[in-house]
Amino acid sequence: MTEHIEAGAYTFAYLDEQTKRMIRRAILKGIAVPGYQVPFASREMPMPYGWGTGGVQVTAACLVPEDRLKVIDQGADDTTNAVSIRRFFQRTAGVATTEATTEATVIQTRHRIPETPLKAGQILVYQVPIPEPLRFLEPRETETRKMHELEEYGLMHVKLYEDIARHGQIATSYAYPVKVEGRYVMDPSPIPRFDNPKLSGNPAIQLFGAGREQRIYALPPWTEVVSLDFDDHPFQTSKAPHDCDLCGAQDSYLDEVITDDQGGRMFVCSDTDFCEGRRAKGHAGRLGGDQKSSKTFANSFEGIWPGTEGAR
Amino acid sequence: MTMLERMAVTDQPLLRVEGLTKRYGPRIGCADVSFDLYPGEVLGIVGESGSGKSTLLSCLAGHQRPDLGRISYDGRDVLAMSETDRRRLSRTDWAYVHQNPRDGLRMGVSAGGNVGERLMAVGARHYGEIRGKATDWLGRVEIAADRIDDRPSAFSGGMQQRLQIARNLVTSPRLVFMDEPTGGLDVSVQARLLDLLRGLVRDLGLSVIIVTHDLAVVRLLAHRLMVMKSGRVVEQGLTDQVLDDPQHAYTQLLVSSVLQV
Amino acid sequence: MIEVHDLAKSFTLHNQGGAVIPVMAGAALTVAPGECVGLVGRSGAGKSTLMRMVYGNYLAGSGSLIVAGVDVATASPREIIALRRHTLGYVSQFLRVVPRVPTLEVVAEPLLALGTPADEARNRAADLLRRLNIPERLWTLSPTTFSGGEQQRVNIARGFAHAYPALLLDEPTASLDAANREVVLTLIEEAKARGAAILGIFHDEAARARVCDRLVDVTGFTPRLAA
Repeated sequence: MTEHIEAGAYTFAYLDEQTKRMIRRAILKGIAVPGYQVPFASREMPMPYGWGTGGVQVTAACLVPEDRLKVIDQGADDTTNAVSIRRFFQRTAGVATTEATTEATVIQTRHRIPETPLKAGQILVYQVPIPEPLRFLEPRETETRKMHELEEYGLMHVKLYEDIARHGQIATSYAYPVKVEGRYVMDPSPIPRFDNPKLSGNPAIQLFGAGREQRIYALPPWTEVVSLDFDDHPFQTSKAPHDCDLCGAQDSYLDEVITDDQGGRMFVCSDTDFCEGRRAKGHAGRLGGDQKSSKTFANSFEGIWPGTEGAR
Repeated sequence: MTMLERMAVTDQPLLRVEGLTKRYGPRIGCADVSFDLYPGEVLGIVGESGSGKSTLLSCLAGHQRPDLGRISYDGRDVLAMSETDRRRLSRTDWAYVHQNPRDGLRMGVSAGGNVGERLMAVGARHYGEIRGKATDWLGRVEIAADRIDDRPSAFSGGMQQRLQIARNLVTSPRLVFMDEPTGGLDVSVQARLLDLLRGLVRDLGLSVIIVTHDLAVVRLLAHRLMVMKSGRVVEQGLTDQVLDDPQHAYTQLLVSSVLQV
Repeated sequence: MIEVHDLAKSFTLHNQGGAVIPVMAGAALTVAPGECVGLVGRSGAGKSTLMRMVYGNYLAGSGSLIVAGVDVATASPREIIALRRHTLGYVSQFLRVVPRVPTLEVVAEPLLALGTPADEARNRAADLLRRLNIPERLWTLSPTTFSGGEQQRVNIARGFAHAYPALLLDEPTASLDAANREVVLTLIEEAKARGAAILGIFHDEAARARVCDRLVDVTGFTPRLAA
């Protein structure tokens, strides 16, 4: 574990061993108490807050040289964030990387859970901007910690009540709050609520890192995770009412891509690996299956994904 | 159950306070306060600023821990309860009405959400029923049903205070703490609130501890009165008796200092 | 129903050099059910003071004050509250109510406090207000804005709403016109007929003569100003 991949340049996976030990302890505690936010001494990373510093630290603490890393941002392997983080670990840990969900041992993600079901032995690391689900209504950290301690979660339902009162339905479409093993209420990070059911009973280990907020929390394999709701307004997933225009998938989460300034648009799988996998097997949507990647395809339209040039 | 029936079925005090003392370093917050409060009874606590009445209220309501003394509620030792139990008690069986409604309301949440919060906190999970109860309670405190989705910041001071009361009473608490509930309101608004409180006390059989410096308020609302000075109770008794035939020098001064009560 | 024995009372004015003013000593009287006893004596002799002590509004100094078996001189506030709610009514000279509350509610309140169904309580209140010639258009208004005579009649209606076994009346016919005075006297006679024990102060001699069975002169209870 301690050998340096790039001789003398970095400790394996950038962080020093003591820091990784500290983070691993936090992770273990998080796994032992599913859904509980464990404080940790978040380090300065060579990237700004908001770019996944929490997730990167968790990933760094988990990686071993034999790992095969996949990094996705909004489901895509080829966007700036994903590419930079993947390259960061290629350089600092020298681990193998992949875009295939099935081949990865560690997957760092921002805003999505892969469509392809995860397996036992895999680790999914989420980047979390705001770990505290109660903050929306109770800004005092002292008070929210007390509320978690005493399981005073009425406030979470007030948030959902407000949604229904204002919009006629629960309009929270991402970072939809969940209750873990009947105990802690948890923010699942800004994944679409479409992904919420995948949190529960998942054979993979799910780890959540919030760098700026200095919190780590976790879901061990097969944890029961329930999305909060009302009896008369039960939790429902939502997605754009379309099929993927590239691979024709009917059951994957879609991104809407504006293709021109005449109102043209398309819907494509947000999970690029999933979409490509389907097209490789011959599935095709409205616009055919000949594009290399849904995001790359989208990028052929000017100005849609600014800043990704450096990543390619 | 009416107040009468509640009084008839129980001869046990709902709240029993014995020798309650709270110090702030060498300074006395309140000292050696004892009293019983029975179901359906309204106890007024009066005294000037610094007399210890607010300290006493916050000790009773569990916001501060007294140094000495006992508090038993419905036969249970409140000070020996776990914090979980005490907080559960304070959001179900107890209520606390703050002087400033902003301290007791969530200003960023709609009126309906404010009223519904305590229901949801004790496990209500049916939106329609929560909303129905909230509507009912808004009606009881004379807030039009079509304001249910408005935020309290759009309400007048009197409406905010009535909303705070609805939010507190929705879980049918048995014991209500009130800290200057009519303070800061216009006189006409005060009257309306007093009338409302009297009706609720009567109809729901509430036991109330109300702290105020307004003797007119306690005369109209409280059955019994406790007068505090320098942290100690100097006199207590039937409200009209204490106000009309005060025995202690301080009470006499207090009563004679008021224009007309 | 009402038994007063050897009752004494003094006021201590702490803020005026601790002056002790004895106002009553050796007061004694009884009122039987169905009987009306009038208190007489010059102004300031202690008629109202005695009545307020019977009601528990003033603390008794020593002696006993038994109303329906409860010694008001030593009873706890809780016992006095129960006594006032069920047994002992009081029509004072002043109407003290929460502003804004409609007259009908003010009158019905003693019944509502006893758990009487709201409709029944309001019907009874309406009957009394009608008898006392309070125009129906005023019923929904607060009596705080009424004339002195109207307020007095509302006060009487409130005092007679519940059929108290014991009643204290402080100048019930003062400031009333002949017709309303007649109504009040009839109410008193009806109360006596149903067995109420009534202790009253009446400056109106004709009224006193008509409803009082006995008179008690409180001048005899005035302590010598020896203290």
